[in-house]
Amino acid sequence: MPRRRVVAAMSGGVDSSLAAALLVEAGYEVVGVTMNLWPEEEPGVVEARGGCCGLGAVFDARAVADRLGIRHYVVNFREAFEAGVVAPFASEYARGRTPNPCLLCNRYVKFAALLDLALDLGAERVATGHYARTAEDRSAGRVLLLRAADRQKDQTYALYALTQAQLAHALFPLGGLTKPEVRRMALARGLATAMKPESQELCFVAARGRYTDVLRLRAPEAMTPGPIVDLEGRVVGRHEGIGAYTVGQRRGLGLAGGERLYVVALDPAANAVVVGPESALYRRELVATDLNWIAWEAPSGPVACRAQVRYHGEALPCTVEPRPDGAARVVFDAPVRAPTPGQAIVFYDGDTVLGGGTIAAVPGPAGGLDPAAEPVRAEAAAS
Amino acid sequence: MDRIYLDAAATTPLHPDVAATMAEVSVSAWGNPASVHERGRAARRVVDEARREVAALIGAAPQDVVFTSGGTESDNLAVVGAARARGEEGRNHVLCSAVEHHAVLEACRGLAREGFEVGFVPVDGEGVVDLDALRRMLRPDTALVALMFANNEVGALEPVAEAAVLAHAVGAWLHVDAVQGPGWLPIDVGALGADLLALSAHKFYGPKGVGALWVRPGVRVRPLLRGGGQERAWRPGTVNVPAIAGFGRAARIARSYAAGPGPEAVRRLRDRLAEGLLASIPGVRLSGPQGAGRLPDFVHVTVAGVSGEALVLALDLAGVDASSGAACTSGSLEPSHVLRAMGLPPELAASGLRLTLLREATGDEVDEAVRRIRDAVARLRRGAARRVAARA
Repeated sequence: MPRRRVVAAMSGGVDSSLAAALLVEAGYEVVGVTMNLWPEEEPGVVEARGGCCGLGAVFDARAVADRLGIRHYVVNFREAFEAGVVAPFASEYARGRTPNPCLLCNRYVKFAALLDLALDLGAERVATGHYARTAEDRSAGRVLLLRAADRQKDQTYALYALTQAQLAHALFPLGGLTKPEVRRMALARGLATAMKPESQELCFVAARGRYTDVLRLRAPEAMTPGPIVDLEGRVVGRHEGIGAYTVGQRRGLGLAGGERLYVVALDPAANAVVVGPESALYRRELVATDLNWIAWEAPSGPVACRAQVRYHGEALPCTVEPRPDGAARVVFDAPVRAPTPGQAIVFYDGDTVLGGGTIAAVPGPAGGLDPAAEPVRAEAAAS
Repeated sequence: MDRIYLDAAATTPLHPDVAATMAEVSVSAWGNPASVHERGRAARRVVDEARREVAALIGAAPQDVVFTSGGTESDNLAVVGAARARGEEGRNHVLCSAVEHHAVLEACRGLAREGFEVGFVPVDGEGVVDLDALRRMLRPDTALVALMFANNEVGALEPVAEAAVLAHAVGAWLHVDAVQGPGWLPIDVGALGADLLALSAHKFYGPKGVGALWVRPGVRVRPLLRGGGQERAWRPGTVNVPAIAGFGRAARIARSYAAGPGPEAVRRLRDRLAEGLLASIPGVRLSGPQGAGRLPDFVHVTVAGVSGEALVLALDLAGVDASSGAACTSGSLEPSHVLRAMGLPPELAASGLRLTLLREATGDEVDEAVRRIRDAVARLRRGAARRVAARA
């Protein structure tokens, strides 16, 4: 019987390297694919090592593939990445929101364009080095998404938007491991990437300085200087462009003396950064749009669960009230700090991801809606 | 049946006689050909013998052949070296066809950054350069025209001799990238009217990493490297004696192969391959000139609705080594500048499949390749249809 074929997304990092190795050991025929996501560098520009989608990554991924004795391809996904990740990344900042490009990449590239290619090549699934687990809920006939064994590395926050069809084709071999275990196992297998440092910066920014440089090119309106105003509307300083700021941020405001001020909101209409005391960051409720439910097709009524509003945040008790227009009102039991428009809100029941959405509107401390909070259309490319 | 190799335009295996020559020379002629003593002379005899063979392949005199590291270096030395020499006499304009290999295109773009004016001569729908356009684009200060012998993606034979007449009428030199073609067709620098001509050994059963540039007497070239006086100081550095010996041997074999029945037999297999694809796969179109206008080993097709990149990967998994165009450094695949220059719409330009046959190709292999390609295309199209249905 022929071995079952899977495509392993290989970024050249330790996680995806070990994921591929474990699949080989499990008896799969593994085809490694490194996605080429960003336009060619000018010849002669040396790329920072550790980046996730350049030639350095290709070299490392290929070294691992050779070690494992598997096929390895570098495939151009620039169009899908541009449409699904880079363009929305820039336009969201221009709208005063803080997008999550990893989430967009999972949704519109890895488990979309790459999955399409995998299926075309006769593979059953796409495997990645994500820290997450899937499980089949036979009674409900659904594929569940569960938190990773390593809670510190858990990446379910960036995977909540996957549809059932996408999850059914996803394979996360590292879901039961901790990061130290992954490094140890990679080292034991002699993988060249075993001790590679974690990449902290966004993959498509790493080699090019700061994300604001990308914004300057792609969404200049997000990088146009303007006023910093306080909650009463008084101008208290100048900012270098709303794209450079995120709700909850304190550093980099360049404001002198007085009380500690934080970014409370971004107002793209006035090109203003709104600042206030830390107390103004706490909100009891928000509106989430672009909802994707995993545990069921859609909830029949209000759901009491926990919600996480940032990648490495804590999941806090709340009630999710679905609205007839498909959005949901989320009311937390206690105020949460700095829910940020554009970021994801992901709902959990214990380790199980119930679903999630995009934070669209956060009612302001004065009761009104946050300025950056008009209704949101579903972003970006078709999957 | 095992894997089927249909990527001879990317590279060929070493001919067994070439391998034997290289192995022997590696041991017997280890001297430095530039040395005065007997060890050096022994190595020089090997290099000179190879130079005679390479010169004979293109109807040239041995002393006009300069050994290099391969086609890319030869193209760069010709384009950049000759343009710089002519820039000194006030000729600052360079032309090349829009379908040249990247070695020529990028050399020309480099010249543009140095202050040369560079023009790209358009081609017709079959990839053949437009001579009328060339005539219009030539100027009294044109230093150099670069036109390849045969295109490396679709196999189109270019009207080199005609272009030479046009170029010479304004006093420009003609550089011919003849990396594709040797061993399949006779090549004669005199008949072509070339002033410079680039060769690469590994395209005709020689080793990788060695090539040659032929320079007509009277043509001046500024070296790209600085060093000793080897290769008439045009290409300083101790030469790669074993590789050059293999190159010479491969040139000799290629010359006799091109004069024999081999190319015609491969041409028939090529046509059988093309006809098989056309007959069994809907939406396949043959690219480039038909019949004798194309290299005998070349089939290039576009497959409507299928990504050439995905098709090449699917064929690799199905045991067919093919290409969607030129190979790139990172192993990544790019949309084809050649197909775009031929006026193909972008979606078709991304659906190219290049199949190039070895001398050893057989009818059984070709028929099996057709079946495997047919099945791979069918699977890719089913996937595309499934996605369209899922979106509807």
